[in-house]
Amino acid sequence: MLQDWKNYQPLLIPNIPNLHRMDVYEKNGGYEQLKKVLTDSEYSPEKVTNIVKDANIRGRGGAGFSAGLKWSFMPKPDGGPRYIAANGDESEPGTFKDRQIFEYNPHLFIEGAIIAGYAMSITAVYVYIRGEYRDWINMMQKAVDDAYAKGYLGKNILGTDFSIDMYVHSGAGAYICGEESSLMESLEGKRGYPRVKPPFPAQKGLWGRPTTINNIETLANVPLVIKNGSAWYKAIGAETHPGPVLYGISGHINKPGIYEYPTGMLVSDLINEVCGGVRGGKKVKALIPGGSSTPPLRGDQLEGVRMDADSLRTAGSMMGTAGMLILDEDTDMVDFLWRVSLFYHHESCGQCTPCRDGTGFLEKTLIKIKNGEGEMRDLDLLLDLCTQMEGRTICALADAAAWPVRYTVTRFREDFEKRVKNTVYALA
Amino acid sequence: MSTTYTFSKEDLAEIEKIKAKYPDKKSPVMPVLWLAQDKFGHVNDDVQKLVAETLDLPPAHVFGVATFYTQYYKKEMGKFVIDVCTSFSCQACGAYDILHYIEDQLGIKAGETTADGKFSIQSVECLGACGYAPMLQITNGVYCNHLTKEKVDVILDKLKKDEMPAFERIPFPQHTTAKS
Ligand SMILES: Cc1cc2nc3c(=O)[nH]c(=O)nc-3n(C[C@H](O)[C@H](O)[C@H](O)COP(=O)(O)O)c2cc1C
Ligand code: SF4
Ligand code: FES
Repeated sequence: MLQDWKNYQPLLIPNIPNLHRMDVYEKNGGYEQLKKVLTDSEYSPEKVTNIVKDANIRGRGGAGFSAGLKWSFMPKPDGGPRYIAANGDESEPGTFKDRQIFEYNPHLFIEGAIIAGYAMSITAVYVYIRGEYRDWINMMQKAVDDAYAKGYLGKNILGTDFSIDMYVHSGAGAYICGEESSLMESLEGKRGYPRVKPPFPAQKGLWGRPTTINNIETLANVPLVIKNGSAWYKAIGAETHPGPVLYGISGHINKPGIYEYPTGMLVSDLINEVCGGVRGGKKVKALIPGGSSTPPLRGDQLEGVRMDADSLRTAGSMMGTAGMLILDEDTDMVDFLWRVSLFYHHESCGQCTPCRDGTGFLEKTLIKIKNGEGEMRDLDLLLDLCTQMEGRTICALADAAAWPVRYTVTRFREDFEKRVKNTVYALA
Repeated sequence: MSTTYTFSKEDLAEIEKIKAKYPDKKSPVMPVLWLAQDKFGHVNDDVQKLVAETLDLPPAHVFGVATFYTQYYKKEMGKFVIDVCTSFSCQACGAYDILHYIEDQLGIKAGETTADGKFSIQSVECLGACGYAPMLQITNGVYCNHLTKEKVDVILDKLKKDEMPAFERIPFPQHTTAKS
């Protein structure tokens, strides 16, 4: 398994030319799992949910929550509409994986979403894709049209009494719409203000009806599990966080890009073996393992660290979206952190005071430090601001804004101390 | 002189199709704003009013939505809007140098439009192409990746001749290196 990663053959984006085409996908076993689930009486909706739960597919959108467990929260069908909102907002800096599925294997996702729909008695799937992905939205729409034409979507699929619709919805430039309740507001044609929870989406989601939100990559894993079983899936990668994953690797690296490998890959293998090392043979100064909100790790903290939830938690960070940013020894962490704080300030929806004002203060303070006008006490101010933001808001954006600040300032303090004025205050 | 904006019969037919995808009348606002922006190049106050009338919604609601989302152009923009990503992966790979180079070439700053109305420049957040940094997007459309000054020159030359650069399919690295 893990030691065999060099012979790993991608499953989500296999090496098959033109797999995005319906005929090629079908020729390679596509939609067979949907057929199996819909026509084999052994596969009741409960059984499908249980297989996915047992496989322990953990959400690839950032939080790593068990997909099957989430599905099991859906209430019993009452004859009214029920929805899946498939999250392709993909706006967390460092993340560029779901678009590979839209481009290279859209039908795997569609098949997975329909199977999930069957498991939860869903009537319609809304695929929310960030508006900037215009070209990928068109690719996805084409794949959805093809699936309708073949009778995999629509009324009475494959002659059964199961019917489901799928609609592609374009965002229009708002990171916050990746947050699940904001995404639902956006789908309902409103400003993307996150909702207060409870009620949770399974009770009261889209248009007040039961809804499950899953990431695109999460749903693309479903046909693999149905085909090969949960035991097979659990044997891939890390024990507590199994399966294939699309690692998005960017920054000061020789061969950046998206790579599919099992979870639990050694960070050092990904950097050195897969991506050909750091540019110019330099040392790693920092790794941001899973998108801008995951705490940066120092280069000297990476030994033995693996890309799975447990290993990264022990190391002091999180798996997030597996969008890994590698920064070399010449990077100025003050500049880096200022740019991250600008992002969160720009993207705060402004509903909660700690977030609206906090992200603004963080950015302002970092500009001051960046311009050489900061003082030593501003570093404590930054940490203080983080404490005032964490866990006090409607959604997790405020936490996502605070974590990189907290851990960049504490783990790379020397960069900050170098930039601030050494004002000495007399004790009163 | 103010322009009057109207939807054609074909547009209205398209709008009916959009409405059929959603269970209530508020929800189609975003796709209809997109349709309007594709047609008129922007969604200024007058276009927003047209969208509100067409969908039978209060203008204040459409205004609220249009202003929340950055991709809707609330005023007229240059014919080509150059969005340079300066978020952290791109920043690390020299995005600000690219941004400043484009600013110098066009003689305007980010947030501005050239006097001839041909180009606008914006510095934007992560566009989901971090491994192909630095990069830019043209008018909510095509992505141009792996930018160098030379590549920027080629892109700007094309745009000056009203030619849109082509979609770049970036091969999946494991596919090109896979052993048979
Ligand atoms: C501010 C914020 C932004 C988010 N952006 C995304 C996103 O772009 N894509 C995504 O799949 N999940 C995003 N999430 C997580 C979603 O809220 C949700 O947990 C996820 O889509 C659930 O799918 P999963 O369980 O399959 O991962 C975001 C969360 C927050 C708080
Ligand atoms: S935490 Fe920030 S982004 Fe989330 S709802 Fe509050 S203000 Fe909006
Ligand atoms: S940081 Fe520029 S595309 Fe993601």
